[in-house]
Amino acid sequence: MKELYSLSAHELQKMIAVGEVDPATLLDAIFDRIGSLDKKVRAFALADKTKANDRLKRASEKKLGRLYGIPILVKDNICVKDEATTCASKILAGFRPTYDATVIRKLEDEGAVLIGKANMDEFAFGSSCETSCYGPTRNPWDLERIPGGSSGGSVAAVAADETIAALGSDTGGSIRQPASLCGVVGLKPTYGRVSRYGLIAFASSLDQIGPITKDVRDAALILNVIAGYDEMDSTSVDVPVPDYTKSLTNDVKGLRIGVPKEYFIKGLDKDIENSVKKAIDVFKKLGAKVSEVSLPHTEYAVSTYYIIAPAEASSNLARFDGVGYGFRAKESADLIDMYLKTRSEGFGDEAKRRILLGTYCLSSGYYDAYYLKALKVRTKIKEDFDKAFKDCDCIVTPTSPTAAFKIGERMDDPLSMYLSDVYTIPANMAGIPAISVPCGFTANGLPIGLQILAKAFDEGAIFRAAYAFEQNTDFHLRKPKL
Amino acid sequence: MESIDSKTVRHVALLSRLSLSDKELEAQSRQLTSILSYISKLNEINTDAVSPTSHPLTSLKNVFRKDDLKPSLSTDDALKNAPAREGDFFRVPQVIEGK
Repeated sequence: MKELYSLSAHELQKMIAVGEVDPATLLDAIFDRIGSLDKKVRAFALADKTKANDRLKRASEKKLGRLYGIPILVKDNICVKDEATTCASKILAGFRPTYDATVIRKLEDEGAVLIGKANMDEFAFGSSCETSCYGPTRNPWDLERIPGGSSGGSVAAVAADETIAALGSDTGGSIRQPASLCGVVGLKPTYGRVSRYGLIAFASSLDQIGPITKDVRDAALILNVIAGYDEMDSTSVDVPVPDYTKSLTNDVKGLRIGVPKEYFIKGLDKDIENSVKKAIDVFKKLGAKVSEVSLPHTEYAVSTYYIIAPAEASSNLARFDGVGYGFRAKESADLIDMYLKTRSEGFGDEAKRRILLGTYCLSSGYYDAYYLKALKVRTKIKEDFDKAFKDCDCIVTPTSPTAAFKIGERMDDPLSMYLSDVYTIPANMAGIPAISVPCGFTANGLPIGLQILAKAFDEGAIFRAAYAFEQNTDFHLRKPKL
Repeated sequence: MESIDSKTVRHVALLSRLSLSDKELEAQSRQLTSILSYISKLNEINTDAVSPTSHPLTSLKNVFRKDDLKPSLSTDDALKNAPAREGDFFRVPQVIEGK
């Protein structure tokens, strides 16, 4: 029999329901796994077995929910009441939220068991998980390489079977890019599909929480639980939540799939291009109607993002001033001096860079040239998708132009780091949903991801395509040797 | 759009309430210059007739809740995470001059 930790949430859910698996035994198996592996992988910012056992006890006392007994890890930018929540930043040292994020409440209402907080790039600023104040998380497929970011800890833990599933957040690819680099499933839902209440804000017009799982069915199960309108988030949208598992039909006959020519360009790794083209052939064989589409403003997405996201971040991060919560520098002459010292000692280099860039783009004399210009190009990017989706139901692309790179390789060149999100950023700009699913391996044995995008609130189309692809391939079943 | 010199970076840093060491200033100026030069690509697009998109939910208007009385965070909870507290207040270094 397979080890409990290696199973998916839907497999475990069935076994727990018929009494074949005791959730306490499952939790033990997960914490044993964390104990033996996390010294190497370093996916966790916090893992607390005693508290996880208490949470399981509380889950057992209620009506047994849809995720009863399933261990879940959450990214360290999602607030959990009374648990250290740091965004992997020194500036939030000691902060313990006074409330649960809506997604935490929803998961616990359905019996899921929170096992800890996942490492991440500081404030989700990064594509490699290297900017964390806890040090980098490692890719379970090659410990010398980065897991991707910013949800690197959540993703590495799922890939290493250190949790059954996880939550991440995605502002420009922070769920999908690491999912691609670690060979797991990662979904960024439509902007407004999942409440952001209790997600520490990075860029409020782009951020979205989503599931990171071992397979497509698990992503649908978790989205069923966390999606929905929340009066605590004015940008959550009151659209009914369908049962996403109904889209898992293993049938894509007649599904119209668009392939954007602008995504197959210089800089795309050959192995990745080949794997994605083979994936497109799988869809053709299964009866989908594949055609070329055009997203002409793709090449401007990274530039647009690196104005809008830092601009919003510089405003959101103004709240970290050493007054209300977190770290405060010692020995200040006056209030301004306290702000300067606290923020300079509390933020890492990349956070400082984003704050500087954002403040610059918003400052008097530059606002029109940078920020307003970027908002207008954002309109063009969104219109590209509106137009493309007139002719197709889904768009498929590579998730990342390269496989996992070596730790340290891009740290001195922020621009090269930023370009790793070239294929994932457009979905955030347009607010549409997108998933990454495993679709192959490079010659070096590193995972490759396929990105599938759909119209706003049409996660169903994504699940339909992703599930059919997964059921007709076996990439999601391979595990790293650890 | 132009490159960014260290004097400008120092000014923006002050606006952002960050103080940078000379080494940081040099590195940030260099890296920001390369990022801004990449970003200037946006000038290739004519956006004269384009309206800006500040968030994806184009149909969203102002959102108001009902003005009902509900429990809110207690004073103790609100102050629980403060690095320094005095009574029911956040304690901060002196703001105005004099005793």
